Amino acid sequence: MADERPEFFESGHRACGGCGPALAGRLIMKAAGENTIVVASTGCMEVFSTPYPETAWKTPWIHSLFQNAAAVASGIESSIKMQGRDEKVVVIAGDGATFDIGVLCISGAFERGHDITYICYDNEAYMNTGIQRSGATPYDASTTTSPAGKNSTGNSRPKKDMPAILAAHGAPYVATASIAYPTDMMKKVEKAINTKGPCYLQVHAPCCTGWGFDGAKTMEIGKAAINSGLWVNFEMEEGTVTKVKKVKRVPVDDYLKSQKRFRHLFKPEPKTEEIAKIQAIADKNAEKYGTDIVPKN
Amino acid sequence: MALNVGCSARPGNARDNKTGSWRTFRPVFDNEKCNKCGTCMMICPEVCISEDEEGYPQVDYEFCKGCGLCTEECPKDAIEMKKEEK
Ligand SMILES: Cc1ncc(C[n+]2csc(CCOP(=O)(O)OP(=O)(O)O)c2C)c(N)n1
Ligand code: SF4
Ligand code: SF4
Ligand code: SF4
Ligand SMILES: [Mg+2]
Repeated sequence: MADERPEFFESGHRACGGCGPALAGRLIMKAAGENTIVVASTGCMEVFSTPYPETAWKTPWIHSLFQNAAAVASGIESSIKMQGRDEKVVVIAGDGATFDIGVLCISGAFERGHDITYICYDNEAYMNTGIQRSGATPYDASTTTSPAGKNSTGNSRPKKDMPAILAAHGAPYVATASIAYPTDMMKKVEKAINTKGPCYLQVHAPCCTGWGFDGAKTMEIGKAAINSGLWVNFEMEEGTVTKVKKVKRVPVDDYLKSQKRFRHLFKPEPKTEEIAKIQAIADKNAEKYGTDIVPKN
Repeated sequence: MALNVGCSARPGNARDNKTGSWRTFRPVFDNEKCNKCGTCMMICPEVCISEDEEGYPQVDYEFCKGCGLCTEECPKDAIEMKKEEK
């Protein structure tokens, strides 16, 4: 059965074939619906969807700067409220815009308590400018600013816990989702939009070009991230985790091997110490969120 | 004072850009195998698979980039990628 809800994200955009963020954009808009104003930071999604004079968006959409989407959304929300209008203001921004350069504006918007939904499509690096690391890039991923080589095993820092930072602002609803589970993701978009106050949703959006895999595998990679424990889908209401996607967890190796950004960990021979560190990150995630399905006996 | 904001464009006019010309492989659907589950229609990043009158998927090849995601995700193996011939 096809999902009957109308589309507000059009064909003809210029994303790479199999682009996770493009699918994220489509699904977000399907869930958000017509009564939406989108604010977009600079990045792949903005660039591939709006090469002037074309636009893939069918609702009002505005391009902010790279760093200030949350501030622009705050202004729009305030104005709408004053005018007695009821459109929903939704930010759609990359991980670089969210985890790094936009933090100040996001913190301000969440502190002021604007009724906005901030959605980060997380492709785990600055893709539009050629794969530079961000605060969302996972440990040991090779990027152009964290290149693996003789003296480096890739990105030296773990992924920043952005949902925790926004929960600490007192956000009523904070959640993570993945394009690999469209129905779950769209439900969370709706919930975030319909919850009053500033809400945050972080969507895992595999990028075939930046991570180094075939675009046909985008969903599979998304699912593998969750099955490895390196990505956790959860919901947090008023600061408490209320729902977690449970998994039969598998070792991180296959997820890592499937992408060029981690391939240096297996060549010329497996760097077992580094792989063990990544496994430890997954184990910690599983423990923190209680994701593991424990077999009954 | 009137404020003129940047550039604007007609909603959804990205459709002027026919991305189907990017394609080297074409998804071909076998309705005999298809169970009309809707997965392919939901996950196409190009929004170019719709439902025909009988509920089967129907591709708009003007926009299909041939990424192969639909083929990979079809639970019934009802889609095959075939090389485009010039
Ligand atoms: C102030 C400023 N610095 C740098 C840039 C250049 N720039 C444009 S997009 C981008 C990276 C975007 O990364 P992200 O937010 O993760 O989105 P993605 O491209 O990965 O989708 C950068 C650095 C800019 N536009 N403005
Ligand atoms: S580089 Fe990645 S995020 Fe950007 S359009 Fe290509 S697949 Fe999408
Ligand atoms: S090959 Fe890709 S672009 Fe073409 S219909 Fe399938 S999912 Fe859509
Ligand atoms: S995913 Fe496969 S079975 Fe499902 S509707 Fe598409 S072609 Fe048919
Ligand atoms: Mg990014």
